[in-house]
Amino acid sequence: MRIPCPFCGSRDVSEFTYLGDASVTRPALGVTDPAVWHAYAYLRENPRGRHREHWHHSSGCRAIVKVTRDVQSHVIADASLEGGWA
Amino acid sequence: MSGYRLPTGGRFINREHVLRFAFDGRAMTGFAGDTLASALIASGRQVVARSFKYHRPRGVYSAGHEEPTALVTIGTGGRREPNAKSTVVELGEGLEAFGQNAWPSVDFDLMAVNQLAGPVLGAGFYYKTFIGTGQRFWHFCEHFIRRAAGMGKAGLEPDPDRYEQANAFADVLVVGAGPAGIMAALSAVAAGQRVILADENPELGGSLWEEAVASIDGVSAADWTVARLAELDANPRVTVFRRTSVFGYFDDNVLGALERVAEHEPAPHQPRHRLLRIHAAKVVIATGAIERPLVFAGNDRPGVMLASAVHRFANRHGVAVGRRVVAFVNNDAGIDSALGAARCGVSVTDLVDPRNTIDPERVAALTALGIRLHAGHVVTAAQGTKGLRAVRVAPFDAHSGETAARGWKLRCDALMVSGGYTPQLSLCSQAGTPPRFDPLLDSFVPGEPLQSWRVAGAAGGGLALADALREGANDGGAPVVNNAAGPMRPLPLPRVPGAGKSFVDLQHDVTAGDIGIAHAEGFRSVEHMKRYTTLGMAADQGKTSNVNAIALMGQLRGLSPGEVGTTRFRPPYVPISLGALGGTAVGDHLQPVRRTPMHEWHLAHDAEMIAAGAWVRPRVYRLDPNESLFDAYVREARAVRESVGIVDVTSLGKIEVQGPDAAEFLNRIYSNPFLKVPVGKARYGAMLREDGILADDGTSWRLSETRFLTTTTTAGAATVLREMERLLAVDWPDLKVHVASVSDQWAGMAVAGPRSRATLQPVLSGLDIGHDAFGSMAVGDGVLAGCPVKVARLSFSGELAFEVYCGWRDGPAVWQAIIDAGAPFGITPYGTEALGTLRIEKGHISGPELDGRTTLDDLGLGKMASTTKSYVGGVLRLREGLTTPGRPQLVGLVSSENRALRGGMHLVAPDGSGPSQGHVTSTTFSPERGEHISLALVERGRARHGEALLAVNPLHGEQNSVRVVDPCFIDPEGCRTDG
Repeated sequence: MRIPCPFCGSRDVSEFTYLGDASVTRPALGVTDPAVWHAYAYLRENPRGRHREHWHHSSGCRAIVKVTRDVQSHVIADASLEGGWA
Repeated sequence: MSGYRLPTGGRFINREHVLRFAFDGRAMTGFAGDTLASALIASGRQVVARSFKYHRPRGVYSAGHEEPTALVTIGTGGRREPNAKSTVVELGEGLEAFGQNAWPSVDFDLMAVNQLAGPVLGAGFYYKTFIGTGQRFWHFCEHFIRRAAGMGKAGLEPDPDRYEQANAFADVLVVGAGPAGIMAALSAVAAGQRVILADENPELGGSLWEEAVASIDGVSAADWTVARLAELDANPRVTVFRRTSVFGYFDDNVLGALERVAEHEPAPHQPRHRLLRIHAAKVVIATGAIERPLVFAGNDRPGVMLASAVHRFANRHGVAVGRRVVAFVNNDAGIDSALGAARCGVSVTDLVDPRNTIDPERVAALTALGIRLHAGHVVTAAQGTKGLRAVRVAPFDAHSGETAARGWKLRCDALMVSGGYTPQLSLCSQAGTPPRFDPLLDSFVPGEPLQSWRVAGAAGGGLALADALREGANDGGAPVVNNAAGPMRPLPLPRVPGAGKSFVDLQHDVTAGDIGIAHAEGFRSVEHMKRYTTLGMAADQGKTSNVNAIALMGQLRGLSPGEVGTTRFRPPYVPISLGALGGTAVGDHLQPVRRTPMHEWHLAHDAEMIAAGAWVRPRVYRLDPNESLFDAYVREARAVRESVGIVDVTSLGKIEVQGPDAAEFLNRIYSNPFLKVPVGKARYGAMLREDGILADDGTSWRLSETRFLTTTTTAGAATVLREMERLLAVDWPDLKVHVASVSDQWAGMAVAGPRSRATLQPVLSGLDIGHDAFGSMAVGDGVLAGCPVKVARLSFSGELAFEVYCGWRDGPAVWQAIIDAGAPFGITPYGTEALGTLRIEKGHISGPELDGRTTLDDLGLGKMASTTKSYVGGVLRLREGLTTPGRPQLVGLVSSENRALRGGMHLVAPDGSGPSQGHVTSTTFSPERGEHISLALVERGRARHGEALLAVNPLHGEQNSVRVVDPCFIDPEGCRTDG
């Protein structure tokens, strides 16, 4: 599998580290309801088809890339940069 | 004695070059160009293996990679390779091969008593026999069953051979160098493309060598092939990989291939196997088709063989598989094989064909060669135990599928069978939609591509030569074929009725009866049948058995094979050596070794090095070679407590955290407050995971308002940095902070002991580290040995201590300067053992306590955590389960008889009863206390100081009574850090 890094172009998956589901949002600072944090830490959908994932170009430019990937076909529909440069 | 070498012929062999080899210790000879199988057959050897379950004698069945039966063990010692297919093992001088799965030998195998137990060893034997009988019965029987069933045994010695991996790139990858593959490669290169042509055999050409057509472009098929291969070899844009199996089709048109570089003969400076990752813009799959067996009673008898294999052995190796050969085929290609073998000099006497109407040209050819044709007949049984002696032939009614009469006996010592051809669509299936059934071919053909490939030739069902050449060329440039064969239409014949074992999967000993049992017991989906009977799950992955099994299932269910469907093909297509998958990443080369700048000094001072993750660190320094590990670390730890020691801490993770929001960022990721750390001070921090478990710890040095130097544990460095980057990019992009690893920019050393200040101060300029000027946790810049350094007053050992960081290249100079400065105090370099001793004495946590299950509270650090701020893991650390009273807590242990404990020992009630109440995490001898001490995690441990427990290690049969104490064994008030 190859992942298109917005900085480096199409690179082999072995250069990346999977960082998990990109569709969950961290609760705001100050939220103290354990149920909200439980949902953030543990609950994930695992649909057949497209997933939104975070991939870290850990052996490359170290950008964190938000990837839309079909987990059945491994076809990547979209990849964009996360963070201050985005 | 059955097979023999024909007086002439053998396209691939060199009769001038005799090779000696041994099978089961018996000396034999063959010719260069032989395979082990062809040489064994030529030597008259018929039984070469025993079968997986019933230990039935088995001979050679095919002439290629699909071989299900003639598996042997090659080589001895570290080079011992079990389950090698003798049909593709190239004969080499001195080759040693051994029969397997038999005792004492394949000729006389006592395990063959399993055949008598045949009726109870059928499909589902294990499930039925052992489910419900309890584990004890299974454990009793397992040893015997494992010994009796199976394939060859792997060697136990390290593999002395070398393996490597490489990437290869091409515009077009052509898999298979038969007629379709050759044309595909030629037309791609003619279009100016870079081509890789890979074939699993040493000789390219595939089925072209046995081709029955009169001519291609006016010359013989063989001459045409020789000319085309020369063209390809000479073209610089074509890379030809021989002996290379393309075994997997992966994402983004990357294919895995195994090149057997020096398996057939040792080559200096070459690896045995090379794993290739081939990146190809387009792939042409021209993997051809393999012949299918026919299913009838005794169809596994040595001497029963695929028709194409008989032809190949005769044509390529000049070997006749028997003296009286009968053919049993249901298709024209099978007849062609019989004709071809006869033309090579093999004595083919009879041909049995269930079809009533047969192509007149072929009938004429059979007559011309004196082969009696039995049209509308089938072979109902093969007879003979260690070698075929006769077959029974009976009239067959194609309409009802029944044999009309009992038939008659036909004497023979070899039977060539052909049940049609099965396209090799493994790669297509891996990168395409499911295969579909083609009733004309009576087989499955590839589905639609989901990646950039096309199929050409027999792999896609184009079995005739003209089709293969045309589909390969794909541009109208195919050569003209004269006297082309008609369509090959096999008569579907899933099974010839008859008594006796009729094998479908020859390698896993699955019979037609077993498929019936699976069906009767409700395992009707092809996936269920496969798992229940283990059909197709042997090393050959059902290459010869898959289609027959599906046809049989269809017959039982009243469905067509297409409706039954096929299981999905998965890589690897052929077995791949583990050595190739490891490549060069073995032993010392498993991962890059990280060495500190002081590495050479350590070695020069007799350090015993130990791996710490990717790093190597001194474990102890031995004063003399006879000093024991124990004596060495006790001496080193004592020196730190009594005077001064120095330890290399370069391996700690070091991260620069910079930006206006640096303090705010650290405040959010550490459980304790960071906002008010003054410039010039360090703070210990404990970091949690989002789920509230302790993740890592370290110190952060505030170098300026906007700049921190954060250290992590050696093991946690990469994870902590990655999590920092993730939080900044994904969750808090508004924070103005950058982080960067500086682990390889700084060399670090800790100078510890009551004389550490006296050691450092004289050689340190520009920084006053006096008691009042440089308090605990102070950080400052100075110059040491002419090098800029950062000094922090931090203590892991519990003594007055300073960490000195300097530029990577300055490390040796600064280290040496400190060693020289400490000489008057007897400064002692110490390693990880003494480092551990010192921190255990203080009850400080490290890796064994940071085990991914412990919380701050468990480790007695709960008070550190802020109750007012929001931080990573702050809410979930208080969730139910992490706050229950019964959780393990960090305690110290002293053993009552002052005996050493072992890390990982479990702690139970003093009388040895009850469940485990905790375990020993770290253990050492304490020179300060003069006794063995340990840290442990014990249920409710903090409330149990003074209690007795029993530490047990059932693995070594050890037990020790211990007493629970406070985890801080020395100086609980912490006076010593003041010097």
